[in-house]
Amino acid sequence: MSNSPAEQWMQVRPEGLYCAPADIYIDPIEPVTRAIITHGHADHARSGHGEVFATPETIDIMRTRYYLGDETRENGLKYGQRFDLGNGVTLWFASAGHILGSAQAVIEFEGTRVVAAGDYKRHPDPTCAPFEVIPCDVFITEATFALPVFQHPPLETEVEKLLRSLRTLPNRTHIVGVYALGKCQRVMKTLRLAGYEAPFYIHGALKRLTELYESYGQDFGAWELVSDIPRADKHLFQGKIVLCPPAQINDRWSRRFADPLPTVASGWMQIRARARQKRAEMALVVSDHADWGDLIRTCEETKAGDIWITHGRVEALEYALKQRGMQAKALNLIGRDESVE
Amino acid sequence: MERFAELLDDLYFTNSNLAKETILSNYLRSTPDPDRGWALAAIAGTLTFDLFKRNVIKSLMMDRMDPFLFDISRHYVGEMSETVALAWPRSDDPVRLNRLPSLHEVIGEFQSRSKVEIRDYLIILLDNMSPSQRWALLKLGTRGLRIGMSARSVKQTLAKMKGVDIDIVEAAWHGLTPPYQDLFAWVDGRAELPDMSQIVTFSPVMLAHPIDEEKDLARITPATHQAEWKWDGIRIQIASNGKEGDDREAKVFSRKGEDISASFPDLIDVVDFNGVIDGELVVRPNGDIGSFNDLQQRLNKKKPTKTLIEKFPAHVIAYDVMEWESETLRHLPLIRRRETLKRVVEAYSDDYITLSETLPFKTVEDLIALREQAAQTGGLIEGLMVKDINSVYTSGRPKHAWYKWKRDPFLLDAVLMYARRGTGKRSSFYSDYTFGLWDEDGALLPIGKAYFGFTDEELKKIDNWVRSHKLNRFGPVQEVKKELVFEVAFDAAQVSSRHKSGYALRFPRIHRIRWDKPAAEADRIETLAKLVGA
Repeated sequence: MSNSPAEQWMQVRPEGLYCAPADIYIDPIEPVTRAIITHGHADHARSGHGEVFATPETIDIMRTRYYLGDETRENGLKYGQRFDLGNGVTLWFASAGHILGSAQAVIEFEGTRVVAAGDYKRHPDPTCAPFEVIPCDVFITEATFALPVFQHPPLETEVEKLLRSLRTLPNRTHIVGVYALGKCQRVMKTLRLAGYEAPFYIHGALKRLTELYESYGQDFGAWELVSDIPRADKHLFQGKIVLCPPAQINDRWSRRFADPLPTVASGWMQIRARARQKRAEMALVVSDHADWGDLIRTCEETKAGDIWITHGRVEALEYALKQRGMQAKALNLIGRDESVE
Repeated sequence: MERFAELLDDLYFTNSNLAKETILSNYLRSTPDPDRGWALAAIAGTLTFDLFKRNVIKSLMMDRMDPFLFDISRHYVGEMSETVALAWPRSDDPVRLNRLPSLHEVIGEFQSRSKVEIRDYLIILLDNMSPSQRWALLKLGTRGLRIGMSARSVKQTLAKMKGVDIDIVEAAWHGLTPPYQDLFAWVDGRAELPDMSQIVTFSPVMLAHPIDEEKDLARITPATHQAEWKWDGIRIQIASNGKEGDDREAKVFSRKGEDISASFPDLIDVVDFNGVIDGELVVRPNGDIGSFNDLQQRLNKKKPTKTLIEKFPAHVIAYDVMEWESETLRHLPLIRRRETLKRVVEAYSDDYITLSETLPFKTVEDLIALREQAAQTGGLIEGLMVKDINSVYTSGRPKHAWYKWKRDPFLLDAVLMYARRGTGKRSSFYSDYTFGLWDEDGALLPIGKAYFGFTDEELKKIDNWVRSHKLNRFGPVQEVKKELVFEVAFDAAQVSSRHKSGYALRFPRIHRIRWDKPAAEADRIETLAKLVGA
């Protein structure tokens, strides 16, 4: 089998994945002149770039997180909107289903189409557009949960676990550790859809991004900042859901609650020992990445002749794809942080 | 099976023992016989058979999953049962069950099936289960359940359900077998506990109070009290029915009623009396009484090798007898029980069982001197036991009956090196501390860990201190600046190759926090070496 011509113009550099004819990086980990940003998580979106291409939502997220300064020129491209990067390179975005604004970067050059999927998932998510399969020559995939042990359950069953616990332990404050961008809003929305009616009490670190989601038409019902509630009103939180960043579920901050029940919502919670390590008393398997089956299915559906794997459990995915007769290789990109999930 | 899996999940993820007991008692109240009895057995670790072998699971996985992918998965998860539970590839054309069988149906099926049928049944169950149900099944089937709940805690739960003292459950426990229907009939108030008099069981032990030197010493005279050495072994109970052949039963129990007979076949082999004896278990390497460290070589070894037994033969220093020839002696005064005990022990070779000697004394000063003598044994003797010779044998800790008078603990000034957060109520506090001593090159070597000995107020202060003196982080372990000195108390120290410092402390606790003391003035490893006489 011959390798794709894209080998010549898509390169792995220390700063990240690089498209040579357009002189542009995808999700670079260091400041560069031109960057395509697939989504707003801190290990993909950084500050200090000269020019940024991203979806309007991602640009908004980056602004909220102070990743965009005066020095950076912004180019917001809606899903499907084509842009000429120069030298015959065209860029457009397709939705990735990971978080609000998350995109696959589709790059076309000399009749070859490369899709850099960034982080993506196939499970339904009421807070962002669903993943779109883009047929391509080279599909660049992540491999965060690329082991057969990762088979993510439907989010509804996990949320039901939380609601059941609220019913059986009505005196305990259920403190749910969620990552501030994406996980938080997806969990809130799913809880609303499952019929949870009380206000959400949230940690200050979750406020701005939740408001940003609301500005895009998401409705999470009533929520209040924990810090706005007098310390003496501890009873208010009993039998209710409090959301905060994962590190806070059993640190100083959580001491203000009477009899807290530390819970973590993350794809890693599938592994019992990981949940115990976080000292979670309840583990909700909530992942914004594709699981084992979905990774392989997606690679197949793109009909790509070449699969390049960026980060995660690269070895297992490469092996499994090759077993299925696909051409796959590891890119060994550095600088991806798995605690974001 | 669904309820059982939910129960295990709830217990697994709950930290506090009290909450675990509540979860278990809710389950036991709402689940019918015999399911609840089997669940109880699984948790208390009293199942006597595997439903299937680990090899069966492994070979099933090898048939349906790529070995390379299975291996890296298992490596990542760190454990086989959980890997299989998560990654189980469903059969192409699975047999669909309209409902999962109940726990006792599962156990019954596995027990009545042949090897081949066991395999088929396992496949059907795994195909129809969720990952956490599969995990419960695999752990149950191979008796590998680790959910952090002790047998003691299980008995405590039962006692609370019935509103009785745990001793009552404890006394009956070893005569009962899964699925414990007679036990639950009693808990529910439908029947009395069955008669256990012919069965060899553990009976709750009598415990001593620490002596209050100011008040208690004045009560003690040679006419009313006897003094014995307090050896540093483990408290045990030997119970036997004195019968021969198949009817013969002899058991060794730990202080908490755990049956540890399997670890000490050398002792079990020689016991042929009909009675219950209370004593201290030690080992005798080269004929002399060994240290606690030596004894540890034999503890928790379910099948000790012949070589190990010969190197560290078991030995009991007997100090009481509660039953003899099917009669209870508990109501007799200690001095009378001791007469019986003397006769019993004389029948045995000194190699196995000896009488705990009573130490001559006339005055309290003599006792103080004896206690000082104990302090010079390098930890072999922990101090003195002083007992009222008229005391009857009752379970628990009756006042002014038995005193323990430990020698003073060793004290060292050590420097706090690492801290990690505790569990339960303490999960937001750095409450587990690793501390070290200086070596001759001016480096700190860790010598031990402690997580108690301080007040809640002090804990808050230390927690604050840790947060403002952070260095590196290693997973859950927080390294701190080497600036805070703890006065650490411990009962003994042993030379140990497992620790970098070369020593292991026994029962270390924080004695005082030396906010005032510069770390450079903390103790050196040599000081510890001198203390233990090594």
